[in-house]
Amino acid sequence: MAARLKIPGLPSFRNGVHPPENKDLTSGIPSRRLPFPDEVILPLSQHIGRPAEALVKPGDRVERGDVIAKASGYVSSFVHATASGTVKSIEHWPHPAGAMQPSVRIDVDPHSTQLQRPRLVPHWDEVPAEQLSEEISKAGIVGLGGAAFPMHVKLRPPEDQPVDVLMVNGSECEPYLTSDHRTMLERPEHVHQGIRIVLRALGISRAVIGIEVNKPDAIEIMRETAPTDLDVRVQPLTVKYPQGAEKMLIKAVTGREVPSGKLPASVGALVQNVATTASVAQVFETGQPLIERIITVSGRGIRQPGNWVIPFGTKLSDVIAACGGFTEDASEIVFGGPMMGQSQASLDVPVLKATGGILVLSKSECKRQDILPCIRCGKCIDACPVFLNPQLMGALARVDRFEEMTENNLGDCMLCGCCSFVCPSNIPLSQLFAMSKIQLSRLKAA
Amino acid sequence: MNRKFKTAGAPHFPPQTTVTRVMLQVLIALIPAIAAHVWFFGPGILFQITLAVGFAVGFEAMMLKARHQPVRLFLGDLSAVLTAVLFALCIPPLAPWWISLIGMLFAIVVAKHLYGGLGNNLFNPAMVGYVVVLISFPQAMTAWLPPVAIAPVPLGIMDTLAAILGGKLPGDLTWDAITGATPLDLIRTSVASGEMISEARSSPVFGDFGGLGWEWIANWYAVGGIWLLWRRVIGWHVPVTMIGSVLLLGLIAWLTDPGSNPSPLQHVFSGALMIGAFFIATDPVSGCASTRGRLIFGAGVGIITLVIRRWGGYPDGVAFAVLLMNMAAPLIDRYTRPRIFGR
Repeated sequence: MAARLKIPGLPSFRNGVHPPENKDLTSGIPSRRLPFPDEVILPLSQHIGRPAEALVKPGDRVERGDVIAKASGYVSSFVHATASGTVKSIEHWPHPAGAMQPSVRIDVDPHSTQLQRPRLVPHWDEVPAEQLSEEISKAGIVGLGGAAFPMHVKLRPPEDQPVDVLMVNGSECEPYLTSDHRTMLERPEHVHQGIRIVLRALGISRAVIGIEVNKPDAIEIMRETAPTDLDVRVQPLTVKYPQGAEKMLIKAVTGREVPSGKLPASVGALVQNVATTASVAQVFETGQPLIERIITVSGRGIRQPGNWVIPFGTKLSDVIAACGGFTEDASEIVFGGPMMGQSQASLDVPVLKATGGILVLSKSECKRQDILPCIRCGKCIDACPVFLNPQLMGALARVDRFEEMTENNLGDCMLCGCCSFVCPSNIPLSQLFAMSKIQLSRLKAA
Repeated sequence: MNRKFKTAGAPHFPPQTTVTRVMLQVLIALIPAIAAHVWFFGPGILFQITLAVGFAVGFEAMMLKARHQPVRLFLGDLSAVLTAVLFALCIPPLAPWWISLIGMLFAIVVAKHLYGGLGNNLFNPAMVGYVVVLISFPQAMTAWLPPVAIAPVPLGIMDTLAAILGGKLPGDLTWDAITGATPLDLIRTSVASGEMISEARSSPVFGDFGGLGWEWIANWYAVGGIWLLWRRVIGWHVPVTMIGSVLLLGLIAWLTDPGSNPSPLQHVFSGALMIGAFFIATDPVSGCASTRGRLIFGAGVGIITLVIRRWGGYPDGVAFAVLLMNMAAPLIDRYTRPRIFGR
């Protein structure tokens, strides 16, 4: 079991779990730039919402930073070329989320300097606040914490639900991942500048940066670099999963509970990941849209774990090769963290905007296969951060009683994986719930 | 680079604990009490455990095979072994061998597998097995030995074995000569005949709080139970509310009428209360799952135990209390669903 860093007086939320952190594999490794690959593959759907609409055709020459697809609605996002080269095709390509997705393939020009095409962006302090969110939308910024929700949508909370506090999420509660940690250590001024810009876009002046206490250096550096003219506070948090989930973070820091089925704005809060605010700062500093990020490549199945600045669209195989290749007993590849990440069947999948980590897990790091019946021990009930009864819902899911799962509040499940993690019978509860949610939405559609 | 990788649903972690490890830790927690049992009542318990485990594993394997379930996987979960050990700890150390056979038949075959096997039993299998033999064979089930310290004739290993397997006692000893009433029996008969508890307590089978020897076994159950609490194998809810309700109600009864009610500590350190509180009522499968449900479940077992001890037909009532609360558990769970986050 992981060491319990429970310090009295630190805010937290009820329930949750303490998975082994495994962060020391990469937390001390400064980020480096991954070499540009021979081709990048940019799915039109890298965010929550409608896929972007391609603006290029095969044969077009694109420079790094050019728009190649535009948002196709309000909840959608722009996609930019992450490397200079020639559009080879727009075709269906393996997507980390599972299915094949329309993607723009770009042959990367090996002779290009890969400098970003200059882009004019207004000074953040001289334009009306509404224009800020428009620029953020045009830069293709989405939440980098994992959900990839288009940021400009969040910046326009409903009129009747004014936001009074910006919560900046540096908790990084997923084991293994250290990309947010490295972002805070290496680019604290970008994180703070991004906070300043977002605060202006929201027309508020208060922000809280939540960081788990297992990152004392990040807490210190964020405190040292915090602006003095704004109400920006660093809040150390208990190390507990899922501390970084929006609702848990808001509960821990403000004590407010986001009502079931509502957005954080309903309690006056807005959550942004530290990497997201850093990317906002970059938009207004150099005009660089969201084309790359720091990604943790970790696990005991990769020869050189580390943190890398990787242009989106880089194929998994290129990342693995750059990190020294697989070890002998590499057995599973996961995009994201081990608690909620998705395992990958193909090495052709590209890295996306929401990819915070790539884990190559050795055999001993993977879960086992044999599943026993539920012994109703209640560990899942004690672990669930939203107070559901996973053992009951799991029993219902196994006999396809999806409607009854809804009555037992399946809708409140955020698929954090705590229940599966603690289950002594190894029942894949959160997986069952994910599938049940899909089944239910199909039933509703039919 | 053309390696194949398996895919699996999140979370991607090796198991943090397993059913086997849970059961194993409960078994380990029972060791001190078993040792105390041997110390105070001789080696009989060890033979009873061996017999019960043998029968339980045999029935388990048979039923798994009949139900087309993977035998090795389920035998490895140790749940049948735990059932057998708990059962053995509840029967008299010299009980004849067929008591275990019949007890395990009902525990494993009927209470467990006919209800669907591991995780699906409505009732605690060990208690079902125990209650069946208790009701069916009252004579064999009440032949308790007094502690070795005050026993008229302490039995050796071979004598014990002969008694269990052949029903033979050494020399010209009779069962009546070597067995005696348990402290709870004495309290019961004395209260029924209008005697004062204090008179009954003058019998040498009583110790400081409970029965001589028994109270030490109870202590070791508590030590094992506290270890399980510390290892987070069991929750505090059931033991605390079960012992707490016995202490509280026992105290009220004792204060109102100390003549016909034993002291609350006597209740706690007698009979199956301690093993019940830490090892039997904490059985997750047949108990409550929600936090408030577990509180109610524990208190219910404690209260019903006291009621049976005071007014029922048996000196101890833990087994009946557990079975009765098992019946109520699904309903309790239904009405103690926790508030959902954000509602």
